[in-house]
Amino acid sequence: MLKDITLGQYFPGNTLAHRLDPRTKLMMVVLYIVALFCAKGFLSYGLMALFLLLCVRISKVGFRALVRGMKPLILILIFTAVLNMFYTPGRAIASFWVFTLTVEGVWAAVFMVIRIALLIMGTFLMTYTTSPIALTDAIENLLGPLKRLRVPVHELAMMMSIALRFIPTLIEEADKIMSAQKARGADFETGNLLRRAKAMAPVLVPLFISAFRRADELATAMECRCYHGGEGRTKLHVLRYQKRDLFCLVTMALVMIGAVILGSLGY
Amino acid sequence: MEPILTVENLTHTYSAGTPFERSAIRGIDFAVGPGEFVGVIGHTGSGKSTFIQHLNGLLKPTAGRVCFRGQDIWTSPRITHETRFHVGLVFQYPEYQLFEETVYQDVAFGPKNMGLAQEEIDRRVREAAGFVGLREEWLDKSPFELSGGQKRRVAIAGVLAMEPEVLILDEPTAGLDPAGCESILAELRQYHRAKGNTVLLVSHSMEEVACHAGRIVVLDNARIVMDGTPREVFSRAKELEAIGLGVPEITRVAMRLHEAGLAVDPATYTLEALRTQLLSLRGGRGPC
Ligand SMILES: Nc1ncnc2c1ncn2[C@@H]1O[C@H](COP(=O)(O)OP(=O)(O)OP(=O)(O)O)[C@@H](O)[C@H]1O
Ligand SMILES: [Mg+2]
Repeated sequence: MLKDITLGQYFPGNTLAHRLDPRTKLMMVVLYIVALFCAKGFLSYGLMALFLLLCVRISKVGFRALVRGMKPLILILIFTAVLNMFYTPGRAIASFWVFTLTVEGVWAAVFMVIRIALLIMGTFLMTYTTSPIALTDAIENLLGPLKRLRVPVHELAMMMSIALRFIPTLIEEADKIMSAQKARGADFETGNLLRRAKAMAPVLVPLFISAFRRADELATAMECRCYHGGEGRTKLHVLRYQKRDLFCLVTMALVMIGAVILGSLGY
Repeated sequence: MEPILTVENLTHTYSAGTPFERSAIRGIDFAVGPGEFVGVIGHTGSGKSTFIQHLNGLLKPTAGRVCFRGQDIWTSPRITHETRFHVGLVFQYPEYQLFEETVYQDVAFGPKNMGLAQEEIDRRVREAAGFVGLREEWLDKSPFELSGGQKRRVAIAGVLAMEPEVLILDEPTAGLDPAGCESILAELRQYHRAKGNTVLLVSHSMEEVACHAGRIVVLDNARIVMDGTPREVFSRAKELEAIGLGVPEITRVAMRLHEAGLAVDPATYTLEALRTQLLSLRGGRGPC
């Protein structure tokens, strides 16, 4: 069950999508999200979907992996859809008790679901094609100007990359501890909520202990290598924009402008 | 003898359908009888841990069957759950799974899940603690106050207390000093002798397995490549070397002596046996 969590998982590869500068990908995702929120009708959403399809094809990630990543979010999708369907004022089709189903509501729900799905898939495409290290590097670089305002950008980026780095490790560890407790007859799958929550204690206690142990070891290891924050620290891999980055950004910008224009015209 | 645990054509693929897809074991056939002491050996990544996690239903086979006493363990969830009490599995580095406030409670976790009576749990905890050499006064300590080797003993006792008919240990000696290794292995052998249960010992080390197991299974690259008595396995030294495992030191000495023209069995694997042979070569005159 823990294996379904693919958030932030990186699928190595060597396509254009993988080789792009992580900063470019990050900016593209931001532009993509902005464009999504300007889209209104079938034409503009179609444009966004088409663009995503193209990116997925280029990245060779495969739709199955993307759709699988959406699984944990299906509940949220359904919830949003239902809320939109019943709480958008407009022409009523059917009503019962306090709920009124409206035509506008159905359309709003359809578009909302498309929007969220595209948003999630677009973001996942970035995390699937970008290693967490590259991603935090990009964030640190893009937020660099904030250092002037005394925002500890480097430290935040370091915290984030450590967190990202340890998500798979902790999941693997939790999986292992769960197996070990199952081997002693622990039962995580039956019983009511309270019982199940109680059954997690044999997993959570060792997991926390090992997380603290790892934190301690990592801190020591970093100290041994004279880590002392971002002051005067240089990079092994310096990020440099290439021609392809410019090309992709311009394409993305054009798509965004297209979506904004279509959206503002109501298509 | 009727086998207690049988595995037919077992295959397991991790992360099927993603770029990380990987077959950890392929088409394994295996059967073990009551009271056997089997060593499972193979180098890193050969699929040992994957294999043994199928034996008590922690991993579901991608293809193939696992049967305990002739019954498929995946017939129903209840049977899978119960199999775990009959086939006890001690994980690699089991000390990281301790969680209770006291050693006693931690060892009692398994028997409690079996729904046993209080007195029976108490008897089993004390017996299991005795097998792994945990002293009475340690039972009331927190498991986190113990040393690494002591913690591992607690974890092993936690599985022994379920009195499984088949006991599987995944590298129980990993990361211990030689004396610690030897004493854990001696305790296991003692347990095996006293209970007469089936034991599967997974290991990297040929020496370790040679001295204790009556039968050795060699895994390489997701398959079983050898299965036989230590003598049979060690007489195929060339093949063992080819898959990067090698033979025990003693066997290497015996092989060299054999090559040098002495009438020594090249598949000798214990110090004792080699000594006897060398002494008899000298005409039974005893050491100089
Ligand atoms: N949870 C997992 N997900 C994906 N692949 C895995 C997983 N566990 C193991 N593997 C892969 O399966 C193969 C066999 O692993 P396994 O742990 O069974 O080896 P092993 O023989 O126990 O090795 P070791 O001696 O290092 O413990 C390895 O190549 C490993 O990369
Ligand atoms: Mg292993």
